[in-house]
Amino acid sequence: MRIPIAYNLRSMLGRPVSTALTALGIGLVVAVFIGMLALANGFAAALTRTGSDANVLILRQGANSEMSSGLDRASVSILSASPHIARGADGRTLASPELYVIVPLGRIADTTQLANVVVRGVGEQAWTVRANVTLTEGRKPASGRNEVCVGQRLVGRFPGTGLTETMRFAGRPWTVTCHFTAGGSAFESEIWGEAEQLIPAMRRDGFQSLSFRLADPASFAEAKRAIEADKRVTVDVYRESEFYAKQSELLGRILRILAILITAIMAVGAVFGAVNTMYAAVSSRSPEIAVLLTLGFRPRSVLASFLAESVLIALAGGIVGCLLALPMNGIVTSTTNWASFSEIAFSFRITPALLLAGIIFAVVMGALGGFFPARRASKVPVVQAIR
Amino acid sequence: MPLVEIRDVTKTFSRDAERIDVFNGLSMEIEQGSFTALMGPSGSGKSTLLNLIAGLDRPTSGTVTVGGAVVSGMSPAELATWRARNVGFVFQQFNLLPVLTAYQNVELPLLLTRLSKKERDERIRIALGVVGLDDRLRHYPRQLSGGQEQRVAIARAIVADPTLVLLDEPTGQLDAKSSQEVLSLLSRLNAEFGKTIIIVTHDPHAAARARRQLHLEKGTFVEQAMAAGAPA
Repeated sequence: MRIPIAYNLRSMLGRPVSTALTALGIGLVVAVFIGMLALANGFAAALTRTGSDANVLILRQGANSEMSSGLDRASVSILSASPHIARGADGRTLASPELYVIVPLGRIADTTQLANVVVRGVGEQAWTVRANVTLTEGRKPASGRNEVCVGQRLVGRFPGTGLTETMRFAGRPWTVTCHFTAGGSAFESEIWGEAEQLIPAMRRDGFQSLSFRLADPASFAEAKRAIEADKRVTVDVYRESEFYAKQSELLGRILRILAILITAIMAVGAVFGAVNTMYAAVSSRSPEIAVLLTLGFRPRSVLASFLAESVLIALAGGIVGCLLALPMNGIVTSTTNWASFSEIAFSFRITPALLLAGIIFAVVMGALGGFFPARRASKVPVVQAIR
Repeated sequence: MPLVEIRDVTKTFSRDAERIDVFNGLSMEIEQGSFTALMGPSGSGKSTLLNLIAGLDRPTSGTVTVGGAVVSGMSPAELATWRARNVGFVFQQFNLLPVLTAYQNVELPLLLTRLSKKERDERIRIALGVVGLDDRLRHYPRQLSGGQEQRVAIARAIVADPTLVLLDEPTGQLDAKSSQEVLSLLSRLNAEFGKTIIIVTHDPHAAARARRQLHLEKGTFVEQAMAAGAPA
């Protein structure tokens, strides 16, 4: 039969300071755990959302990022004629040949601190092909003019990004005519302008990639086979969503490993804290334990009772940790995406699953920290302890 | 038929390299419904004997039988179950759980039975009524006097209706008045409720309440006397 949980609850509250400190120790570990995984989560989410399942991205064969790719105009026109490309309401193909350049821009806080920002030269159709791109204010850059549209995550972080303000790069002034969002994706960390204006300004003569909407989203494999088999072009064909997800793999994995490594080290400390607290509890309550055993409670009930007490403390700590971590949700931070060497801004993303993982992590720490003290409790020598 | 039978019990403690023989072939019997006082100087083995009867300790050799059950041969789990049903134990230090109320302390042994919440409630109120504390149900041990704490401990010992109630120096920490209350209560439990009571004590007043006094010295009984004037 179980020893009533009220006994554990009140015993915990009977030593509020040590209970609170132990719970706090576990809570901090949980907060760091959730925070770091939220970072990895947010980063992965930003890049995963960048691509659409219905879109295809074409790069030069062997290029592993847009930056290292290159497509000349001849290839672009061959590729644009593919029958797998969807057509818009006006009958034109939904394909966007794109320039992808990185320009160093000074940050608004300290203009000597340069960040690599992606400037994407797009075709007229890009705004339709990328269904998740929405203008928040202003109008699209007009054709033939030095105008750009700035992703929401760059606004306010770099000088001249406000509406109607002027940015300077590639030796020219560029008027900002609009801001756009893209469902939290990496596009929001980019500057978009007309490819035909940006190509000469950047002294380029071709594009980096071609994105198009599939006529039939289910026919990706067939489109890929057909395009890659075309002898006139040497390209790799990717599903856009898969390509961008893969871009986040390296940094995402490193963030995750770091999260696990750092929290594992901290967890060892927290578990020792719990061990210490529970050993102290067992030793100061030996006479009580002896009474319980004398009354006829079984040693395994005593073990379960003290294990439950440790888990309860850890659970409280886990909840504290979640509460500490929650305000981080949505905070925007930026890093250099190692796959493209460009600045990407993203938000900490705390999901219910992540919170649950944090709570489970706390409970595991509590169980680990409580086991040996609880086992000692179950083996309290009754006759000596009762005196 | 005796309730407690001790046959050829030896008990040896090893402390460092030293061996201490507490009992060397001790035998005794205690009748059902009796009230026995175990007396003797410190180190004579009184408490050890009580612990052996309760199954809290094991004899080095020999057998301890209580109500036909060989206590000295049970596993720890069997002992726990057996103790919960058959033995009430009262300690010198009261040993109530400080974080539980009088009511909850008395309830503990009943949590090991199959009684319903309502049946438990009835038993607890009766037990606390017997010890005269039915107005202190929600009090915590720190809110009670020493005598009241010991009476709660006695209520805890009898609530599961064990045949045998064992008390180790129950009045050792109490003033004269509280001691008298506790001792009167024990006499009543014995006379009115037919509990078999074994009490370990230094206190001659306490021993005088018993119908049988056993004096232990160096692990053997030196004298057995019926206390004169003790209640029948």
